[in-house]
Amino acid sequence: MESVFSVEKLTTPIDQREDIIKVKGLNKWYGDHHVLKDVDLHVKQGEVIVILGPSGSGKSTFIRTINALEEFQKGSIIVDNIALTDDLKNIEEIRKETGMVFQSFNLFPHMTILKNIALAPIWVRKWKKKKAEQISMELLERVGIPEQANKYPGQLSGGQQQRVAIARALAMQPKIMLFDEPTSALDPEMVKEVLDVMKKLAESGMTMLVVTHEMGFARQVADRIILFDKGEIVEMGMPEEIFDNPQHERTKLFLSQIL
Amino acid sequence: MDNVQLNNSEKMAESTSLSRLVKVQLWLKVNLFKDWKNAILTIIAAMFTVFIIVRVSNFIAESDWSVVSANLRLLMVGQFPVEEIWRLWIAVILISVLFGASWGLWRGVIGHVAITLSAIMLIFAAVPYTESITKLYLGVSIVSIYLFYAFGRKLPVLKIPVLILWILIIPIAVGIINGFGIIEPVSTNVWGGFLLTLVLASVAIICSFPIGLLLAVGRRSKLPVIKYTCIVYIELIRGMPLIMILFIGQLLLPMFIGGEIQIDNVLRAMIAFTLFSAAYLAENIRGGLQSIPRGQFEAGQALGLNHFKLMVFVILPQALKAVIPAMVGQFISIFKDTSLVAVIGLADFLGMAKKVAANPEYLGKYMELYVFIALMYFVFCYLMSHVSKALEKSLGAGNR
Repeated sequence: MESVFSVEKLTTPIDQREDIIKVKGLNKWYGDHHVLKDVDLHVKQGEVIVILGPSGSGKSTFIRTINALEEFQKGSIIVDNIALTDDLKNIEEIRKETGMVFQSFNLFPHMTILKNIALAPIWVRKWKKKKAEQISMELLERVGIPEQANKYPGQLSGGQQQRVAIARALAMQPKIMLFDEPTSALDPEMVKEVLDVMKKLAESGMTMLVVTHEMGFARQVADRIILFDKGEIVEMGMPEEIFDNPQHERTKLFLSQIL
Repeated sequence: MDNVQLNNSEKMAESTSLSRLVKVQLWLKVNLFKDWKNAILTIIAAMFTVFIIVRVSNFIAESDWSVVSANLRLLMVGQFPVEEIWRLWIAVILISVLFGASWGLWRGVIGHVAITLSAIMLIFAAVPYTESITKLYLGVSIVSIYLFYAFGRKLPVLKIPVLILWILIIPIAVGIINGFGIIEPVSTNVWGGFLLTLVLASVAIICSFPIGLLLAVGRRSKLPVIKYTCIVYIELIRGMPLIMILFIGQLLLPMFIGGEIQIDNVLRAMIAFTLFSAAYLAENIRGGLQSIPRGQFEAGQALGLNHFKLMVFVILPQALKAVIPAMVGQFISIFKDTSLVAVIGLADFLGMAKKVAANPEYLGKYMELYVFIALMYFVFCYLMSHVSKALEKSLGAGNR
């Protein structure tokens, strides 16, 4: 059966794969405030990158520039060989290929769960309604809540809503998934169910950029960890390197505060 | 354990043994005579109520409704020629058919409207003064409401034709009434009374909604030309009294356009009301748009929806739902504001009443006349308010 996650799992080692995201010399200002300073990052296909850092360090802003929810003033972003410019066509193409999951779920409260998921496939991918709803149901099964299909978001728990939000992003069959603190707004007992879905997704070969404070998840799932502070990348490396042998003072300070 | 049960059964025995009288006394004491301040308020309110009741019943006992019955046609349709009134009835029957069919097809609040309409028509039909031909038309209308209710229930395939008819009903109805070349035209000069009020109000309400929607969205546009055009329009209209806009339509417009092109009086009033109402609606809808959290926009954008689809599927359904009360308030107010056409020489429902009252024959019978007018206005305004409440409730399923 064709997987509902459109990505095929690559067998080649990560460092031999192609870059799917190329960020070069990225700079962003809010007025005088310099929020992103010369950020460079290449992401390989199927790579899972966890971005850590204190609040206000620019990590959320950074992943939001990748699907053009935030503008930037200097530098370049290329996603799946499409350059991110002011051209609306390019922006729409990039958004089709990148799914995003928000801290506050942002489900559409006036639609049922099924309609939330099927909306974009029907109107952006132009699938037939039947096909879109069938795939939406499959996705709901993947995230473990098919029985909620005809309820409204307000009737679901936070954890369930966030799983629906993941299913909604996946329904567009993106090549990249961006997670912006997906578990920060959840009650502690619901964090695990969301992280489990994300783990499964990572295992299936999805390219993921995850901003989070979940250190367990970072250590277990990430291929690479990036530490952001004051708008720049302070340190980058494998989870073991970062957690067990941090090089930079700011990394040590951050880890000591959080662990 | 035993103790508790005993207590309970004792209480039960007590409450059942309380006589009705004691219960009433208790209720009075708690709700009306709690302390001396409360008691004084109760007595004053009671006296006032009795006073009103006495006056109202006096009025009803002494009232002479002949002023209404003798002028009913004038009040309802103005100077509309008697031999052409059948056109109005065809429009009424058509609308009755639509309401009946929609009631059967969708149930819900539309049924309340259909029942109210049939009740109003039944009252008019039951009044002894109405002519027999009118009674016949009213009867046909009432029967068609219930007949098409039955059809609607049985035949769900009617949904699409009924919807199409609803969209076309205003042009069709106005077309039948006016004639538009096919049949002998009835000049709008003679349109008046309740007919004029209804036509003006429905055209203004239906046409101002899409215009208001576009203005509201336009005002939030990033393109400065669109944005400032909308702002200037909205603020200009809101900065002028409605009467002045009516005057502009009446006096200044012909000056600008030139004398050759004759624009119909009623049409000018329709345009004035529509443009006026659109500006206010735009601000109501903008309020709704602003109440939608940024996350909704971002979620839609992240899914790849373009601006138009984002608005249509995600933002507007939520924004409009949030401002139903404000929008219906605007509709109700425009319905009543149509009475201002008196200043440009049109005789709407209220204007007709004033003309009738000016007739020396009916000296001193204003009260009956205005009570009738007030009741009609009230019923229609309350109906709108009721529909709005029911609509809010039925859309409330997705509340967070």
